[in-house]
Amino acid sequence: MPFSSLSEIQNRLSSGETTAVEVARLYLDRIASFNDELNAFVHIDPAHVLAQAQASDKYRSEHDARPLEGLPIAVKDIFCTQDGPTQCCSNILKDFHAPYDAEVITKLKEAGAVLVGKTNMDEFAMGSSTETSAFGVCRNPWDTERIPGGSSGGSAAAVAAALTPAALGTDTGGSIRQPAAVTGITGLKPTYGRVSRRGIIAFASSLDQAGPMTRTVKDCAMITGAIVGHDPRDATSVADAPAIDWLAACESRDMKGLKIGKPKEYFVDGMDAEVRASVEAALKKCEELGAEIIDISLPNTEHAVAAYYVIAPSEASANLSRYDGVRFGHRCDNPEDLLDMYTRSRDEGFGSEVKRRILTGAFALSSGYYDAYYLKAQQVRTLVQQDFTAAFEQVDVIATPTSPITAFKLGEKTDDPLTMYLSDIFTIAVNLAGLPGLSQPCGFANNLPVGLQWIGPAWREDSVLSAAAAYEAATEWTTRSPAAFGGES
Amino acid sequence: MSWEVVIGLEVHCQINTDTKAFCGCSTEFGAEPNTQTCPVCLGMPGQLPVLNTVAVDKTILTGLAINAHINLESKFDRKNYFYPDLPKGYQISQFAVPLVVGGYIDIPTKDGGEKRLGITRIHMEEDAGKSMHEGLDAVSHIDLNRSGVPLMEIVSEPDMRSADEAIAYLKQLHQLIRFLGVSGADMEKGQFRCDANISVRRPGEPFGTRTEMKNMNSFRFIKQAIEFEVLRQIEIIEDGGEVVQESRLWDSVKCESRSMRSKEEAHDYRYFPEPDLPPLRVSQQEVDAIKAGMPELPGQLRKRFETEYGLSSYDADVLTQTLESAAWYESLVAAHPADPKRCANWMANELLGRLNDAGKDLSESPVSAARLAELLNRIGDNTISGKAAKDVFDAMMESTDSVDAIIEAKGLKQVSDSGAIDAIILEVMAANPAQVEGYRGGKDKLMGFFVGQVMKASRGTANPGMVNQRLLELLKG
Repeated sequence: MPFSSLSEIQNRLSSGETTAVEVARLYLDRIASFNDELNAFVHIDPAHVLAQAQASDKYRSEHDARPLEGLPIAVKDIFCTQDGPTQCCSNILKDFHAPYDAEVITKLKEAGAVLVGKTNMDEFAMGSSTETSAFGVCRNPWDTERIPGGSSGGSAAAVAAALTPAALGTDTGGSIRQPAAVTGITGLKPTYGRVSRRGIIAFASSLDQAGPMTRTVKDCAMITGAIVGHDPRDATSVADAPAIDWLAACESRDMKGLKIGKPKEYFVDGMDAEVRASVEAALKKCEELGAEIIDISLPNTEHAVAAYYVIAPSEASANLSRYDGVRFGHRCDNPEDLLDMYTRSRDEGFGSEVKRRILTGAFALSSGYYDAYYLKAQQVRTLVQQDFTAAFEQVDVIATPTSPITAFKLGEKTDDPLTMYLSDIFTIAVNLAGLPGLSQPCGFANNLPVGLQWIGPAWREDSVLSAAAAYEAATEWTTRSPAAFGGES
Repeated sequence: MSWEVVIGLEVHCQINTDTKAFCGCSTEFGAEPNTQTCPVCLGMPGQLPVLNTVAVDKTILTGLAINAHINLESKFDRKNYFYPDLPKGYQISQFAVPLVVGGYIDIPTKDGGEKRLGITRIHMEEDAGKSMHEGLDAVSHIDLNRSGVPLMEIVSEPDMRSADEAIAYLKQLHQLIRFLGVSGADMEKGQFRCDANISVRRPGEPFGTRTEMKNMNSFRFIKQAIEFEVLRQIEIIEDGGEVVQESRLWDSVKCESRSMRSKEEAHDYRYFPEPDLPPLRVSQQEVDAIKAGMPELPGQLRKRFETEYGLSSYDADVLTQTLESAAWYESLVAAHPADPKRCANWMANELLGRLNDAGKDLSESPVSAARLAELLNRIGDNTISGKAAKDVFDAMMESTDSVDAIIEAKGLKQVSDSGAIDAIILEVMAANPAQVEGYRGGKDKLMGFFVGQVMKASRGTANPGMVNQRLLELLKG
């Protein structure tokens, strides 16, 4: 049961085989047993979880079940929730309680989900390893000496170790897909504008997008279907986004006629050879399933990381200005004057990676440097978008490795931010272009999970989901789970 | 050799919407501190702005009224700086591509002509909250009710050459904005705030170094501040010094300015496109619809009053100062259509004069347009003389009695009975035989003397036309 998919649990709830309370107890027990080891959750309120589960069982007894009735879903600490603290794993928001729910939280509640707790993350989602969390590092269930990826590492570890069957993450430069890849689960970043950002603590507003992290493709579709939709109070949420039949998109069992682009820039020297081999093998499998693999080029890929590390910190430098000690969050003791209050509150509240990005962003935007950095980065962004547009004239979807490497050791890259930044090399361009991207397990390298990334045209999550569903049906990678946590590896 | 003054003005004008620029909070002035706030205008984590389209429409209307170009696609930017009354640590503004560009205002010149003053741009932005330090010991209080109130910033070209021109521009802009109904423009409430960029140069030379004068909250202070700054700059240069580019604060109590921050200390606002708001797109159809609904502007109204009602340009100007006064005048004419000029004289001289003396607004007038029209109708039908009407009007300002009742009570009803008038004339003639003699001897000018005496004897009630006519008859002898 713990390693069951969301849809399997849903079936058992529908048949009356189990109840939401039983399901909640099961996962709460597992959290109690394993969270100390993993540090996947930073906040859990078991009584509140059970109360939600009871309410769901009652609802089911009186009404037709809602789409996520009684299903446990954990959420990253970046989503504002009225229940419990919302701290973005930062000391500057220590003990912050939001007086509102994020729009996606409201939607999950309306869909009948049971919110399990808040998961660990890199501070303000800035990181690729969940090591910058102010509340301690999170560990990878496949090897607890290794990182679970980031920034949604807590959500990834929690799903991989079956402390919850599903979780929400956010993805600014790969923060759903990369942790999903290195923990052997499935994660979807929807098209920018598909999901409301309101109530999600902003990192880089033009890139941030929330999405599901689950065991299977269908589970991703179930959750995505529940959280999408126009939000009139988020001006970047698109009002006339093409609708998708989310579950129908996952019915696909073959790939006949599907044109899969294989960009040469994503299969390069320097990447882990075993990772490359796994992904090449996955593409071979797709060919067997009837797909046509087409070599393509996304020539501006090499500039994407540099552009991202100008744009994202620039936006972040402004987004994080509100944490100034004036109205909420951390304020230093006994400030001498206003400047002292600002500088000490922020110095004490922010961790070093966050400071690095604020400084980078403020520098890139400053007078005399704007054209050389921010403006140039925006031009690169346009080129990256054009690369994808041109590619999708030839192919239906693009397949790549999600990450060039498998999970690295804790502390291995913390002193080398540039190498750390390169772990997002294959995910960042998707955010710059605002496209949907999904990572699913496609094998093991060095005994660690490898992720296959699917990229679709804007608003074509259905293309991505159906390719991933067909691949999943033809392979057994999603049935693997870390033995140390009771799974079958 | 003379000095030429160069002035450019930046006006921050609160747009009078019911709700704030980017959230649903009320914009009402004067509420208890921090009662008109929500997570958006408090800058809480994860909250997002949604643009108030009423504010957009009002900015477009203002742009059209100053003959400007409306950018069908404009953009919002973040202006970054830290201050406790700026909750997000940035202000949402328009920097690179404002909604309105390139307009002008014509001001009257002393020689009866007009001077055109360019307006560079109007952009939309949000106001900050208010910090309060006065009367507090070692702490400051912050009121965020104003945080997020929509503003338009109207930036002029450096086209003004004197403090008087600057004031003329501001008054005209102020009047225009009130006419358009886009802002209360109440300077005391900070709804119409002005910063002035001031420099001096020798005529024909390039612009001198400018200073920016802030914190001037009345037309009078603006004039004082500009004049002060011009003299300060001339003195510096004539003493062989150089003007330093800086922002200066006007102290209206001490009647002097002081340096606020130098160019070196100026903020680097690190403007960049606001990623939470897509570009603002308006269609030409929307702009045309706003144009079609534009009210009559002060200049148009003034000209119409001159041609339609035959008013002098002075009277037309006085009566079109506000939409309210123009409407008041037009309802007065509607109720007393016989003589629009009489309406203008009475309203401009008698009513507005009395209200001004009493320190009252037209909206507080104790006499309505309909009631004043009743009085003017009594002049028109010769019930009372114009002179007597002024006494009646004084009484009307104090009482709610009907016009006729007041005339009756004061015994001011005009005498148009030739028998009664003849009796008074004969009495006056009898009392002034020498003057009668003189008149009859050819001193025609004595007519005025007799008219005055007769009117006085009748306590102003004699019909002046009839008095003239009967005097001519009876004095002939």
